[in-house]
Amino acid sequence: MSTETTAPTVLKLGVGDKLRLWWDALARPTQWLVGVPFIVLIALLPVIRPPLLTTVGTDFGSVLAQFGMYALLAIGLNVVVGQTGLLDLGYVGFYAIGAYTVALLTSPVSPWNLTDDWLSQDWAWLFALPIAIAITAIAGLILGTPTLRLRGDYLAIVTLGFGEIVRLLADNLTNITRGGQGLTQVAYPIVGVDPETKPTGVFSAGNTDSPLNSGTWWFWLSIVLIIIVLLIVGNLERSRVGRAWVAIREDEDAAEIMGVPTFKFKLWAFIIGASIGGLSGALYAGQVQFVQPGTFNVINSMLFLCAVVLGGQGNKLGVILGAFIIVYLPNFFLGRTELLGIPINGDDIADYKYLFFGIALVVLMIFRPQGLLPARQKLLAYGRPIYVATRKAALALSRKPAAVPAATADTEGGAR
Amino acid sequence: MRSSTPKMAGTALVLVAGLLLAGCSSKDDSGDTPSSTPGSSESAAASGDLTIQPLVQIDKDGKEVAAADTSNAADPAGDGKAKCDGVSIAMAGALTGPNAALGINILNGAKLAVDAHNAANADCQVTVKEFDTEGDPQKATQVAPSIVGDKSVIGLLGPAFSGETAAVGPVFSQANLLSLTASATNPDLVKNGWTNFYRGLANDAVQGPSVAAYLVNTLKFAKVCVVQDDSDYGIGLAKEITSGLGAAADASCAAKVKTGDKDFSATVQIIKGASADAVFYAGYYAEGAPFAAQLKEAGVTAAFVSADGTNDPQFVKQAGSAAKDAYLSCPCGPAPEKFAADYKAKFNVDSGVYSVEAYDLATIMLKGIDSGITDRAGLVDFVKNYDGDGLARHYKWESTGELASALIWIYQVK
Amino acid sequence: MSAVMSAGQVLADGVIDFNVQSLVDNFWALTIDGLTYGSIYALVAVGYTLVYGVLRLINFAHSEIFMLGMFGQYAVLMLLGFTPRGDAYTQGTVLTVVYLLLAMIGGMIVSGGAAVGLERVAYRPLRKRGAPSLVFLITAIGASFVIQEFVHFILPKLTGEKLGGVNAQQPIRLVVPSVQFNIFGAEVTNVEIVIVLAAILLAVATERFVSLTKFGRGIRAVAQDPVTATLMGVSRERVIMLTFLIGGLLAGAAAMLYTLRVPSGIIYSGGFILGIKAFSAAVLGGIGNLRGALLGGLLLGVMELYGQALFGTEWRDVVAFVVLILVLMIRPTGILGESLGRARA
Repeated sequence: MSTETTAPTVLKLGVGDKLRLWWDALARPTQWLVGVPFIVLIALLPVIRPPLLTTVGTDFGSVLAQFGMYALLAIGLNVVVGQTGLLDLGYVGFYAIGAYTVALLTSPVSPWNLTDDWLSQDWAWLFALPIAIAITAIAGLILGTPTLRLRGDYLAIVTLGFGEIVRLLADNLTNITRGGQGLTQVAYPIVGVDPETKPTGVFSAGNTDSPLNSGTWWFWLSIVLIIIVLLIVGNLERSRVGRAWVAIREDEDAAEIMGVPTFKFKLWAFIIGASIGGLSGALYAGQVQFVQPGTFNVINSMLFLCAVVLGGQGNKLGVILGAFIIVYLPNFFLGRTELLGIPINGDDIADYKYLFFGIALVVLMIFRPQGLLPARQKLLAYGRPIYVATRKAALALSRKPAAVPAATADTEGGAR
Repeated sequence: MRSSTPKMAGTALVLVAGLLLAGCSSKDDSGDTPSSTPGSSESAAASGDLTIQPLVQIDKDGKEVAAADTSNAADPAGDGKAKCDGVSIAMAGALTGPNAALGINILNGAKLAVDAHNAANADCQVTVKEFDTEGDPQKATQVAPSIVGDKSVIGLLGPAFSGETAAVGPVFSQANLLSLTASATNPDLVKNGWTNFYRGLANDAVQGPSVAAYLVNTLKFAKVCVVQDDSDYGIGLAKEITSGLGAAADASCAAKVKTGDKDFSATVQIIKGASADAVFYAGYYAEGAPFAAQLKEAGVTAAFVSADGTNDPQFVKQAGSAAKDAYLSCPCGPAPEKFAADYKAKFNVDSGVYSVEAYDLATIMLKGIDSGITDRAGLVDFVKNYDGDGLARHYKWESTGELASALIWIYQVK
Repeated sequence: MSAVMSAGQVLADGVIDFNVQSLVDNFWALTIDGLTYGSIYALVAVGYTLVYGVLRLINFAHSEIFMLGMFGQYAVLMLLGFTPRGDAYTQGTVLTVVYLLLAMIGGMIVSGGAAVGLERVAYRPLRKRGAPSLVFLITAIGASFVIQEFVHFILPKLTGEKLGGVNAQQPIRLVVPSVQFNIFGAEVTNVEIVIVLAAILLAVATERFVSLTKFGRGIRAVAQDPVTATLMGVSRERVIMLTFLIGGLLAGAAAMLYTLRVPSGIIYSGGFILGIKAFSAAVLGGIGNLRGALLGGLLLGVMELYGQALFGTEWRDVVAFVVLILVLMIRPTGILGESLGRARA
């Protein structure tokens, strides 16, 4: 290599990059040490109710509870869309199956109600939860097996059709699901019963204490579930399954040729995504205690997709951010009549949410298709040691460009 | 190289000629009247003159019952000496959306009562807080916590539709907030054990058999096709009507449509093929109006019968002359003259179904507030023990939450 | 155990029961209705099929182009002085045809313009950046949202509450459907004749355009091999614009025909389900195949109506989705199977 002096390379590192490099360099236990206070802070948000963040028109706790549900959905959809690259437009179907399973098993008006046979009201929801997850997983299997041989656009339309079929089945099979009348009084976890003030526990809609109302409790429950799901999904990501998903997403034919059993792993992605959707549906059924087909329409499917795409497809924390934006922003504006001194009509702005999200999707796809928090390609096999080394090099480069010769400039190439 | 221009021109000509021909040949016998200029909605279109007129009040056997005497009705103004502070009542229903007219009727009726009260009682100003649910049970579940969370609200007029009442009833029940509905008619609503829920009108378990008896005995319809939508109200009402009609309800032409449907061709064909005497539509006017219009266009001569969800001037407006001679039932009574005049003067539109009930029920709540009640439980008790006349009927509730006696009115579009 | 037994019982008598009698009794009436709707699906399906053939892209927002066409033709009628009222205007054959043609042209202009605009704003930047097809799809979904919500919220503000909004437009009826003749007891009205004839004529005209004219050859060339077509002097951008334009024009025509049949269907959400059904029709007939779009549309329309009679009127949409899934599973190339890019003598 010639030794003529070339201009020294200056590596520009943004704040996000520095943050990411620092985070990835930490050892796992350190990451937990830093992360847990952050999670506790988020969990305490509905208790503290910071004045700027608190929603005016609706209850902050309920908004956060809804956010928790959507975050779970986003993580599940991320497995299918973000990690494996399968565009699923009918994800709301799995959501519906989960919710209906819980409702069918525990609602007093359902023909398959178990709560008047032998199931006590206290344990009903918890009992129905794993059943909901299992049944939704089976549904994912049933949907995936015939359709996963299709590619891209066709798969999207077929899953859209499936989502609609689930909703229409729920609406039409009135002998089972009571159609538009819906299944009322679905069970919810009965915890913290106080015969005087809270005869039905902290999770029931009658708990209108402030700030620890039912919304806050459901939010805490969803945080616990989100952490569990993140652990599972994260584990999968770093395993052979996750690598197969990335390979399928990038180039399915090449993956197939290299020996990755693509169909099997695509099916697994579907099943896992479906299970998480079912879990979220069970959460919804317990929260709202009323399940009817109108909730599970195509527009909600698009909204979930929006959350994943906005936040960053493939990045499981990014999609949580996306879910937060989707849920929180419209509710932030609801009922607000002035913002930073400017008079606004908050209700109108909240109504326009689909318009804004649609514009955001189009603009984002043109200028930043990877989303807000992109999924960075990582050297999955040898992650940490390489990171520590390249981080040192990157930081050195950004601090003292003149001291580093040009030839070593490509040691950090792997970090991209 | 074939020149494409003559071919293009040729096909274009064929296209235009074909359209003209098709248009011409098929419009010869469309009853050509000399061209009436567009833009002038001339009175030749009889639809502009159609209104919904009350026919008769009936009991459970379809027999006529004389209208109630409204001279003793409770007056919201009261004695003018009431004292209260920071108290409000809420109204929840469809204020926007395809069936908004039904919710707005209720809101206006309530406002009429509350404004009369506030004008007469300077020391007791009650506010009406509106909560729009769009008639959608889903939206209602999002709105209900706000109603319950507002501490100044001690009574709720609503929810308006049966579906949303079923969805959020438990929330109000657990909060023990008085839920006084002027329009939700599904009979199952009182079977949930809610001690705070009271219905200010007859339910569908009365409306169904009453109307069925009227159709079979008075109007002598032998074959009726029951068409239902997929809303809670429609499903419940259809069940009651079908069981009330008994043998007259023909199961082979019974059909189900969905809210939001705009075209009903298969249903229309099936009904046409069945040659029924009447079609009963259980649903709201947003679908009922296009359905009636399409039935008429297809040449179905069966009478169109529907219930309170369709009983609104909007139905006549959207269906046009297809609405003529339609029978519409309602657990609500016609507006007394003075009320109708006051309503028209205040809101510039005619009063609709349930405006009178809303007025009466709001008056009852105001009476409770005037008597010094400031908490939710107190208002529930007040209604539980209330016994008095209103504009529409006498109000006295049983322990279930149903009125002790309530009857159905039949209207006709004339 | 008892739960399982009762589950089985409920499933047995609770699910769908077949009503063959109803289908047999009303067969011809249902067929005619089905052909009418099917013609409308066919016209919209041609738009999907053309764009897919040339770009390998499902233009999700095509259903919104159709919806804009409905509003376009309604706006034209309003500009001509018609006001919504319950009954139809009766003003003689020639005038009615003229007004209908004007409305159709207005609808076609709005739809065509919207289609070209959509391509420019949403798809062209992506093509320039070489985006993968997933990104195109997501953009299409976003564009679909934007157009729907524009009509839902912004249009009422722009037109003073006259157009758009949450409720359907009050119908302006220009034609009184009157029976022309009977086929085996089923009545055929003038409206139905006009719709089916117009759809067939338009579809045939489009097919002739694509197979016989210079522009059509350009479309087929780009569909077959974009790079070579460019080498041969075919402007790819112009061909793409033309494809979207044709699709939009046909959707606009379909919109006017649909409003003839369903006057109260003009609402911001009125295009969505119809678009999915039209796409199913395109797939059924063979995606990328113009004749396939026509055939698929007519077939799907008829199958829907039969399904409604057989299973119950509430199963209409399910039929379309099930057909789509079955076709894609069993014979993904569709009935006629050819693609646009195949050379034809």
